[in-house]
Amino acid sequence: MPDAFVRTTSRVISIPRSNIDTDQICPARFLKITDKAGLADALFFDWRFTPDGTRRVPPSFIDEPHNQGREFLLVGDNFGSGSSREHAPWALRAWGVRAIFSTSFADIFKQNAMKNALLPIVVTPERHAALSVLFAADPDGEWTVDLETQKVTLPDGSAFDFEIDGFARTMILAGTDEIGYVMSRLPAIEAWEAAHPARVDTLAAR
Amino acid sequence: MADRPRTLVEKIWDTHVVALGADAASADGASADGASALAATESGAPAILAIDLHLVHEVTSPQAFTGLRQRGLKVRHPERTIATADHSIPTTDPNLPILDELARKQLAQIEENCREFGIPFHGKGSPTRGIVHVIGPELGLTQPGMTIVCGDSHTATHGAFGALAFGIGTSEIEMVLATQTLLQRKPKTFKVEVTGRLQPGVGAKDIILALIARIGVGGGTGHVFEFTGDAIRALSMEARMTLCNMSIEGGARAGLVAPDETTFAYLKGRKHAPQGAAWDKAVEAWRKLPTDEGAVYDRTIVIDGDKLEPMVTYGTNPGMGVFVTGHVPTATEVGAAAAPDLERALTYMGLQAGQSIAGQKLDVVFIGSCTNGRIEDLRAAATILSGRRVAPSLRVLVVPGSQQVKKQAEAEGLDKVFTAAGAEWRESGCSMCIAMNGDQLEPGQYGISTSNRNFEGRQGKGGRTFLASPLTAAASALTGVVTDPRPVVAAAAAGAATAGTATGKAN
Repeated sequence: MPDAFVRTTSRVISIPRSNIDTDQICPARFLKITDKAGLADALFFDWRFTPDGTRRVPPSFIDEPHNQGREFLLVGDNFGSGSSREHAPWALRAWGVRAIFSTSFADIFKQNAMKNALLPIVVTPERHAALSVLFAADPDGEWTVDLETQKVTLPDGSAFDFEIDGFARTMILAGTDEIGYVMSRLPAIEAWEAAHPARVDTLAAR
Repeated sequence: MADRPRTLVEKIWDTHVVALGADAASADGASADGASALAATESGAPAILAIDLHLVHEVTSPQAFTGLRQRGLKVRHPERTIATADHSIPTTDPNLPILDELARKQLAQIEENCREFGIPFHGKGSPTRGIVHVIGPELGLTQPGMTIVCGDSHTATHGAFGALAFGIGTSEIEMVLATQTLLQRKPKTFKVEVTGRLQPGVGAKDIILALIARIGVGGGTGHVFEFTGDAIRALSMEARMTLCNMSIEGGARAGLVAPDETTFAYLKGRKHAPQGAAWDKAVEAWRKLPTDEGAVYDRTIVIDGDKLEPMVTYGTNPGMGVFVTGHVPTATEVGAAAAPDLERALTYMGLQAGQSIAGQKLDVVFIGSCTNGRIEDLRAAATILSGRRVAPSLRVLVVPGSQQVKKQAEAEGLDKVFTAAGAEWRESGCSMCIAMNGDQLEPGQYGISTSNRNFEGRQGKGGRTFLASPLTAAASALTGVVTDPRPVVAAAAAGAATAGTATGKAN
């Protein structure tokens, strides 16, 4: 069950790269776990360490000392492309990331993120460019993301509204997930199933 | 509304909507988790979509089963669910113990989960084990008009049958296990028309790589592809699977081909396909699925199939691809916006802007995966490798997509063709496509691969991947460098014509 997100104030980590895929966010060899333990260490692992396991110099984005504890990412277009692994948002959350700003997110990643109260905040290319300029001028400025009012407030005092799936917003504000909601609609599922015979029987011996 | 022309996707969608958001959230109180149904209505809940078939594998499912246990829930329809072990399973001798402790535990876990929840499991030692997207179709479970999900982004593969099939995360796996439904927003549609006729040596893999090179890896985001046109109609079922498989690499969660006689011929007689009178009735229904004349797509693109050449990627995402006769682009050619990503990709790949892609040196060749690990793929590779030797010092792995593919290949003597050529012949699995099971590139190695992703480190830390078709990979195995397969395909076809035998099809 994810925890709630209502509003958070944090500094920002900028990763100015496009198409950051799930193999970068959480490499496949870390997917052999059967729980969610240890994923903070897997986050962006191959960016942070050379193939022989040495920490890279200079340190990669999230290893920079001044970036410790920051909860927002500002990233390039099409973040989270690639696989369906929910380990990617799990790893981001485990490290401490609560919201990500991009011009777009891959479909499956976006769904997985919202189910873990990790906010994918989509901005226009113009807004993204402005945010990048603002970040460059004030890299230690604090931004506030308010999910209730769907507003981002910037260190210069300006603010802008953002869109997010309304149902996901309800779930994230309440800190709940969708299974309870769908389980409460079981009569509708039963009615559909009564009217639509099963298409396959995977247990059939034939 | 019934009279409005609809696309294939819309027809499947309409049939499977259990409840629209507003209808679903009738004001009958709060849900079990305390989320107010009324609030959900106000926020516009997504539709509840019924799922016909749920495919499960060892990597993305363990936490979903843990969730079920914590909630005290059962699997609603174990008989609409099927599980296998493919990602972390070794492709070496199955009688040997699994040395990787974590993989061993994960494989034991799925077996235990399936036993506890009553799900049929096609695991180690089963003659029907294999990559989840290979066994669904070969068992006849994948059928037109169905909704199919799996905790794997390459679930799009099943769209080849005219099914709405897409990848989901672990939270959604838990949802489907518990309810056999998903909360979904209706996707937009994206028509991909491939006209004309592919030249010999060009196949489905080249079509999809060319599409992604054109629209980019995020080009299909929010959409579902429907592949149409003469070049698509001419593809075999296995080639269509290759095509749909990589829809996600173009950003589309699903990709479909409308069912036709090719689809029905493939399905007929398979284990879980309808039989007798039920078959006739099913085919009658499937014939109504193709998109109606006049239906409107949200987006459309046309690709000239006559002009396609074999494709090879040069970069670190599947959109960074060129014709095998082409060159690695320069910063000027890709434009200022894409130049930094190009530069980073070329640094990782150790390639120069402007260099020819053909002739690039290789260390490893991988033929396999859910994209290109089926029998036609292996036959295609075998037509090229037959009676020849792979280049010295090259490692060549051929990994069948399933145990059934393996058995068929061995019955046809393809394993002997591969081993005589100097390639390794392995047990089935995802293998070097995702490099979770010990099959991997070493840091700095160059591999040409019939798989689907060339992301940094995808095939092993520091490994450098060129994506290509089985024909291109096999032709490159002979030379040790990236090679245009068309001359050797033509030679093989001429030889086969002389010998009077059939040649493999290009996937």
